[in-house]
Amino acid sequence: MAFYNNILELIGNTPMVDVSELSPNPRVRIVAKLEGQNPGGSVKDRIALAMIEEAEKDGRLSEGKVLLEPSSGNTGIGMAMVCKVKGYRLRIVMPANVSPERRQLLEVWGVDQIIESPGNEGSNGAVRLARRLAAEDPELVFLYQYANPANPRAHYEGTGPEIWRDCPEVTHFVAGLGTSGTLMGVGHYLKDQNPAIKVWAIEPPSGEMVDGLRNLEDGYIPPIFDEQGGAELLDNKTIVGPRDSIEWTRRLRDVGVFAGISSGAVLAGAARCASRIDEGVIAVVLPDGGWKYLSTGAWTDDIDLVTERAKTTIYF
Amino acid sequence: MAVEVRLPNILRPHAGGQATVSTVGSTIGEVLKALVAEYPGMAGQLVTETGEMHKFVNVYVNDDDVRYLDKLDTKVTDGDTVSILPAVAGGGF
Repeated sequence: MAFYNNILELIGNTPMVDVSELSPNPRVRIVAKLEGQNPGGSVKDRIALAMIEEAEKDGRLSEGKVLLEPSSGNTGIGMAMVCKVKGYRLRIVMPANVSPERRQLLEVWGVDQIIESPGNEGSNGAVRLARRLAAEDPELVFLYQYANPANPRAHYEGTGPEIWRDCPEVTHFVAGLGTSGTLMGVGHYLKDQNPAIKVWAIEPPSGEMVDGLRNLEDGYIPPIFDEQGGAELLDNKTIVGPRDSIEWTRRLRDVGVFAGISSGAVLAGAARCASRIDEGVIAVVLPDGGWKYLSTGAWTDDIDLVTERAKTTIYF
Repeated sequence: MAVEVRLPNILRPHAGGQATVSTVGSTIGEVLKALVAEYPGMAGQLVTETGEMHKFVNVYVNDDDVRYLDKLDTKVTDGDTVSILPAVAGGGF
């Protein structure tokens, strides 16, 4: 289909491209799903649309309502685009230390308000503040991506079937862990088709982001991770640091794929997976394109300098 | 086995402010037990009374989360780095 009635119809059905030349193991192929091809620029368009349309259906969301959401960027941007098209107002709670392009994009879409949470509390701080604000004002529509079943469902019904359709030879699925929506939705879908498929989660090091924690009880596990049995679903969970993430973002560039820094992290994780298995086909989700990270100098500046910068900026 | 353990900010006060401590053990369970023996303030913060890993604690050998390896039975070898981190809202994208 080449003609669309509405920009929102372009969400999903993203292409997959073989990037096996980056695989450290000649018997392991790596196939990347380019979520940066979504109209709002990231994988989060999928859940933004799914959560908003679910809320319209069940009556939580109607004309004149104001939405509130914690986001370090992409979910906020995706929701802002959907809200612009559908005519809703939106407030975003965002950590102070995200790349400036994320804020600029929220301004492009004309969100009502960007509320900053302390940078050293990372996404945890944004979640905490948003939950408090939502509890204080019941008029706000709080879709809350970390606990909204429409988030993993968008991947169970969209991303997962697309990967299975385009790459049925998949043996491993590797994606980043944030809300866990992509991993839970795609992971469950793929294992339902073929229980032998392994699912790997990639995390950024929490680093300074955990400085805001006062005790372990302040820890946070996304409700959808618990509700969807994340601990049983995942076969591995591994940390990829900023230097590896940036190096692999550059390697993706070298094969013509201009992707964001979390995509580099996912590729680094896929390479680690490839080097530990004998043979297979690894499908990875690259969450967004490189546009929002130009100001970080990720591709052009000295790698040591960029790595240091990445330690204090939320890029995942 | 001698391993290096990296502590998160919130546990450092129990280890005299150190960010990294050296300890011994051949499994993660033994390493955590040795830690608590040396720094009793960590008792109950890493492993629960029923012997399970604390829900909000993630323990990594090198970069891999031991929950998806062999949990407390995960083997460690000389020179491994064990990292203890609180569970937080990932990158959150």
